[in-house]
Amino acid sequence: MIKEKRQILIFALFALIILLVPLFLKGSYFLNVLVFIGINTLLAVALNLLLGYAGQISLGHAAFFGLGAYVSGILTTRFPVDPWLALLIAAMCAAALAFVIGFPILKLKGHYLAMATLGFGIIMYIFFNETVDWTGGPSGLSGIPNLRLGPLIFDNDRNNYYLIWMITLGVMLLSINLSQSRIGRALRAINDSEVAARVMGVNAHILKVQIFTVSAFISAIAGSLYAYTMTFISPTSFGFNFSVELLTMVIIGGLGSIYGSFLGAAILTMLPEFLRVFRDFDIVIYGLMLILITMFMPTGLIGGLETLFKIIIGKIKGSTARNA
Amino acid sequence: MLRVEGITQIFGGLTALENVSFSVAPRSITGIIGPNGAGKTTLFNIVTGLYTQTHGKVYLGEKNISFFEPEVLARLGLVRTFQNVELFGQMSVLENVMVGLHTKSKSGIFSCALKLPGQIKEEKMVREKARNWLEFTGLTDLADVAACNLPFGKGRLLEISRAMAVEPQIILMDEPAAGLNSRETAVLAELIRKIQDLGMTIVLVEHDMELVMDVCESIIVLNLGKKLAHGTPREIQENPAVIAAYLGED
Repeated sequence: MIKEKRQILIFALFALIILLVPLFLKGSYFLNVLVFIGINTLLAVALNLLLGYAGQISLGHAAFFGLGAYVSGILTTRFPVDPWLALLIAAMCAAALAFVIGFPILKLKGHYLAMATLGFGIIMYIFFNETVDWTGGPSGLSGIPNLRLGPLIFDNDRNNYYLIWMITLGVMLLSINLSQSRIGRALRAINDSEVAARVMGVNAHILKVQIFTVSAFISAIAGSLYAYTMTFISPTSFGFNFSVELLTMVIIGGLGSIYGSFLGAAILTMLPEFLRVFRDFDIVIYGLMLILITMFMPTGLIGGLETLFKIIIGKIKGSTARNA
Repeated sequence: MLRVEGITQIFGGLTALENVSFSVAPRSITGIIGPNGAGKTTLFNIVTGLYTQTHGKVYLGEKNISFFEPEVLARLGLVRTFQNVELFGQMSVLENVMVGLHTKSKSGIFSCALKLPGQIKEEKMVREKARNWLEFTGLTDLADVAACNLPFGKGRLLEISRAMAVEPQIILMDEPAAGLNSRETAVLAELIRKIQDLGMTIVLVEHDMELVMDVCESIIVLNLGKKLAHGTPREIQENPAVIAAYLGED
């Protein structure tokens, strides 16, 4: 019970900081980066539900992100569909697709699942590229409208920041709730020992398909928000490289940690700004980070920070005990 | 309670089990013994739905449960423990037992994410029941320890607590005494009797003869995939075929 109260407090503090940050920022450039950190956090949390909790890998999550962006983009540019409704339809489409392909592919394990999701991601990427009449092909889809809420138009960084972070914070809270519930425990049980989980009555296959569907749903919402924020989308944002980037966010942040997903998303969103000097070699830096983190901080940065924190607290307690 | 009829299991060209039949009486403790490679664990894996048998049927009560998946069997009240202790290592001891209560609760993804009132109530019930099972096996003090940090003997007890949380009609234990010292084995024997007192049926595969002869009311002997004998501990100890299988013929 005390643990639960502490968690609510941590979340409230986190949300408060996030919502107050824009007040202390002068320029709009950094606010713009924070908007993308919000979208990437949403994606990392979605992938973390699948990878960190249920232990099922996806190398094609950028496809659901892309599907969300394109469905919303196409519906709002070619049909007179309200952007909010389009967002909902896009998320439903991604969820339906995830449900249909999840049934067969989530029977696969380990490398085979990685290959199947990789294949799915590549097929979707080709689809975005080749259906030129709908998606605009490699030259992209432009003229996507901004979201509106009554008199509020989300066409500037400040408004977008609040819109995206409200949704991201909401999804983070729901994910934290989920992780400490019956379903969260069952997912973690599947991760640790699928056979034991099944013997305990957990229908592992159905649950994996369910979480894959939820994960795709959230990813597509992120995709729609991305499309409405950018007002222009092209296939390169939704390729294999981005799937790997998402994976990197989740792993370096910390598998199974929602705040870790935020940390991973924040670092990987800001990193390119610092890595400009390396030009095309930035992918080498990602790889190196992934190797070092998996070797020396298997629980990710959030786990590493926790350990560090405990050591410091221990040191302080130790020194006060000695002084007393 | 549990009835196995003509089970045959062929792996490639190897016949692991050949036409094995037996039945287990309700509320009894039955031991399955036999030399290594006799097919004991294979038999367990078939009964608990992890392997698909080549031939033969399995009944739970009057229900034909041949080819049922393990998650369905759990709901019908059949659970097992594993020879190599399959715990959820990253989760706490209490959470491990709470997973055992999965079939006793029903909140879905949405009510869990939204923390609906029904889910909060259910969570409280699950936590309380899990604590009771930890008390039953004497693990209360370790409730918040991560399962991977438990000593082996306590891990065994946790696995049993978790299986008990399913509130099964029948529990199958695969070598529960393997790797335990004599004191831990004595605690285990007492626990097995306590489980029987709750009205459950117990089947165990075991190499520790002292434990088997001590707690089992009925013993089935397997050798080279065939049933060699079935009887009370006394009958088994005096059975010449069993003695020959264990000690070798002269």
